[in-house]
Amino acid sequence: MNLDPTAGKEVSNTPQEVQTMRKTLHKHLLASLFVLGAQALSPVVTQAADNQQFIPMATYRVGAYASSGIPWWAGEIDYFRYINEVEGGINGVKLVWQECETEWNVDRIVECYERYKDGKDGAPTAFFFTHSTPGSYALMEKGAADRIPLIDGAGGRTESTDGSVFPYAFPLLLNYYGQASVGINYIAEREGGFDKLKGKKIVTVYHDSAYGRETQAPMKLLAEKYGFENIQIPVADPGNEQSAQWRQVRQIKPDWVFLRTWGVSTPVGIKTAARFGIPVERIIGDVWAGSEADVIPAGTAAKGYQALAPFPGGDGFEIHQRLRQHILDAGKSDLKDKSYFGKVYYNIGLINAAIAVEALRTAQGKFGNRPLNGEEARWGFEHLDIDAARLKASGFEGLLPPLQLSCSDHEGGGAARVQQWDGEKWVLVTDWIQADRATLRPLIEAKSAAYAKEKGITPRDCAREQ
Amino acid sequence: MTVTVSRLGAVFDEAPLTLVRRSWPVGLPLLLLVAFVVLPWLGNDYWLNAILIPFLVLSLAGLGLNLLTGYTGQTSVGAAGFMAVGAFATYGLLLRVPGLPLPLALIGGGLIAGAVGLLFGIPSSRIKGFYLMVTTLAAQFFLEWVFAKFPWFYNHASSGTISAPRLELFGYSLASPVGRYLLTLSCVVLLTWVAVNLVRSQVGRNWMAIRDMDTAASVIGIPVERYKRLAFAVSSFYLGIAGALWAFAYLGTASAGSFDINRSFQILFIIIIGGMGSIAGNFIGAAFISLTPILLSHAGQWLFDGNVDAGQLQNLQKILFGSLIIWFLIKEPEGLVRLLADLRERIRVWPLRF
Amino acid sequence: MNFFLETLIGGLLAGTLYSLVAIGFVLIYKASGVFNFAQGAMLLFAALTFVSLHEQGLPFALALALTVLVMIVGALLIERLVLRPLVNRSQITLFMATLGLSFIIEGLAQGLMGAQVRALDLGIEDVPLFVGEIMISQFDLVASGVSALLVVVLALLFNKTRIGVALRAVADDTRAALSLGINLNRIWQIVWAVAGVVGLVAGLLWGARQGVQFSLSLVVLKALPVLIIGGFTSIGGAIVGGLIVGAAENLAEAYIGPLIGGGITPWFAYFLALIFLYIRPAGLFGDRAIERV
Repeated sequence: MNLDPTAGKEVSNTPQEVQTMRKTLHKHLLASLFVLGAQALSPVVTQAADNQQFIPMATYRVGAYASSGIPWWAGEIDYFRYINEVEGGINGVKLVWQECETEWNVDRIVECYERYKDGKDGAPTAFFFTHSTPGSYALMEKGAADRIPLIDGAGGRTESTDGSVFPYAFPLLLNYYGQASVGINYIAEREGGFDKLKGKKIVTVYHDSAYGRETQAPMKLLAEKYGFENIQIPVADPGNEQSAQWRQVRQIKPDWVFLRTWGVSTPVGIKTAARFGIPVERIIGDVWAGSEADVIPAGTAAKGYQALAPFPGGDGFEIHQRLRQHILDAGKSDLKDKSYFGKVYYNIGLINAAIAVEALRTAQGKFGNRPLNGEEARWGFEHLDIDAARLKASGFEGLLPPLQLSCSDHEGGGAARVQQWDGEKWVLVTDWIQADRATLRPLIEAKSAAYAKEKGITPRDCAREQ
Repeated sequence: MTVTVSRLGAVFDEAPLTLVRRSWPVGLPLLLLVAFVVLPWLGNDYWLNAILIPFLVLSLAGLGLNLLTGYTGQTSVGAAGFMAVGAFATYGLLLRVPGLPLPLALIGGGLIAGAVGLLFGIPSSRIKGFYLMVTTLAAQFFLEWVFAKFPWFYNHASSGTISAPRLELFGYSLASPVGRYLLTLSCVVLLTWVAVNLVRSQVGRNWMAIRDMDTAASVIGIPVERYKRLAFAVSSFYLGIAGALWAFAYLGTASAGSFDINRSFQILFIIIIGGMGSIAGNFIGAAFISLTPILLSHAGQWLFDGNVDAGQLQNLQKILFGSLIIWFLIKEPEGLVRLLADLRERIRVWPLRF
Repeated sequence: MNFFLETLIGGLLAGTLYSLVAIGFVLIYKASGVFNFAQGAMLLFAALTFVSLHEQGLPFALALALTVLVMIVGALLIERLVLRPLVNRSQITLFMATLGLSFIIEGLAQGLMGAQVRALDLGIEDVPLFVGEIMISQFDLVASGVSALLVVVLALLFNKTRIGVALRAVADDTRAALSLGINLNRIWQIVWAVAGVVGLVAGLLWGARQGVQFSLSLVVLKALPVLIIGGFTSIGGAIVGGLIVGAAENLAEAYIGPLIGGGITPWFAYFLALIFLYIRPAGLFGDRAIERV
């Protein structure tokens, strides 16, 4: 007699068997998921969109940096819309774009790049706005491998100014070294000459990240050159609480303070500085600490605060009149809150878009009036020459300085104006102040040479290329 | 007459059962074939670069965290910190030890990450539950700070980012999408195999005992502290390799910011949604987490013809994820794995439900 | 010496702001055993709601009252949809549920009320006051005054009202409280509502300091060390913990920071908490848990 109580019954599966079965099932499901997904997600080429230039947009409309992102991308979209509708595209080539929300997160920016680097629906991608220094770094090699120029105005990897080593990276208008230099030049102007800088104390309160540390090298160089004392004080991300830092600053009793922060650390910094009795007129913010979003939360403490502005604020420029007429009042603006029209970040968007359009126009001059690819756009950017006449014609006089790029100079302008917050709006208080590019160039070239060595890149011979 | 065989070393103290054949799932060779051969041949750059590679790396990271949180019950929100250790350690090894082959560098990076994990696992002998979670949070913040602060780790690059050194194996360059995909796939397959065996062994059973009730486990003689530290070490080893792959095989660069607290939460979500205490769950959870944002944005585009603000879609996604977490916790704490298994059971029995 | 005193006092006052956030956690943990990771998101939501209403033109008091109403409704929804289905589950499960909840609230907050930074002006001038040579921030003084007031109100609530006594009973022994007929669901709703209001106060003060925007929800990460040091279940502990964390952080940044390059604030509080954990695993004023098989 079989005393086994389980004999004849369906043996329930042991846990191991269940797990094995589960794994089988799941791997099957996974495989089918892949196959299904392949159909759903492969970029569908419907029909070749002739005569359209595609522009991917790695936007950030939510998250900690949304205040900057929303008006910025609105500025770009509004300008592209203006080109399409009022000017009929660039010599007839219409612009199409696609947004991917990245929350200013590097991984998502990279994902957006990968998704759209080959264009969309047949319209090719000519360049990629990274608008993120960490993003520019992350994409540096991919851009070079895929031959797509990375555009990052007033940001990016400083040594990519040297286009002989970095053909596909463009830190337009003013790189970080240039920012430091313009700041010092402005201080010299206020003090009454470079010789007056000797012995002065200049404190830099910086966001403790790669972004904040970019200006340490040039500041050191300039301190040696002009004899001022250069003190650097870090603020840890996100910078909600800065009492310790500003107490230190008060101890030092500086002549000037350079604020190199970004995001919430800027208004907190300004407020904390006021709390510790640092006169706000002696604080100069850099490009990314100089927008309305940075000063409004600081309230009355920000009145008199200055900031570098390669992208000035204000809506009185010629282009704004045109945009108002055709886009804003016609209800075609991307802005949900019209009061952002003409604010600093909106103008940043306009300027970036305008430079890109001019580059495409330049390239079309050589390659023909058709959609362009990355290699052709690179040629366009490197031969970009926006002179005073073109500025006037396009409506950007006063917003953009005359800009000329070349193979060895991917920055171009190297100048900024200084604007001051009067409690209600930004007021430009200087004309274009040039950075001391001659002094900074050797530093940049040393860094780009080091990069070339590390990666085994042979620099291009810019003198031979036209 | 049934043949009964008593299995030596049976997990359960039950009456002997029928002969159990341990066999590999029948679909596995096919899946491996598809993964290793068919996909690279078919796949385009976008697919490999932006979908498959991150999916694989995230599954590996989920696997690592699962060993610690799902199997051993030690809640950890510091996963990304250990990934950072692995990434920076591998970078350092490749940079400073000339001629070190890539697999050794990866393993070295993993071992260093494991050592750091061991270090941060020491408090687990005295601290439990929430408080341990806070320890891991401390680890996360500290490690993030270390890799942002000290230039030695990123070779004094002004941006604080490390970029992939030349990836090559036996002279073949792995820098292409297919190369990186195969590298990642091999690592993941190998490490999964190790994990499956680990979990089925004494080690795994001890871990599960500690998870279920560690006081009882110590009473019956399991060296609880040792196994907890082992869990931390092994988990960090996996996370370290995942971090190195994330930095080099997927993005190409990394900085301390790529491994912030949001990444830790992402991996925690993977194992919650996929199923804690289940190997296959990691893959399902990772597929879910990496594919959903893409599907959502495609859906948004298709449904609303691009008229929906990308930012709003992002907010929607956040709400969706949060709701899904809560839903899973309420309805199916064992995650998608259990849901799918139940579904399979139902299908198997249908239509003979009664 | 002056620098030290200034740093110390400044740190203590800053610490009261951390305590404010921590009190919200303590309330919920005391009554329902849930570690509410969503407190930061609730803070953000409350502050954003207030600012949005105020911007629409509503006077201060009305906007405040409406926001309180919104937080109460929110608490009711949370209790019904999240807490009740998860009753009797492990602490970790509940924590993860609040993690999910924080995502939902953040998404809603930004989706409904926008992601722009908003200024918040509470009418408190942030000018420095001088006691001898030592500089004290007026804003911080007001903030600590508010915290003190809040603690007094909560103490009165817990000790003098029936609801307060019921809350303490639930925190002490849930089963016994149930057997006495105390409506657990109602208690949880009240606790979450009160925590929401505390979050509103904290959100307003923090928002006035740094602008109301997404990163406001990150203050929750600062509250954790406070809770570890002070204990999860004591409001007094939250205050003491906040003071310790605030003072230590500031002093460390000033004295230890320059030695290792500065910027140590992200993790210093956590390390302090770890040390405390070793010495007193339940915090200074918390309840010791006894483990049984």
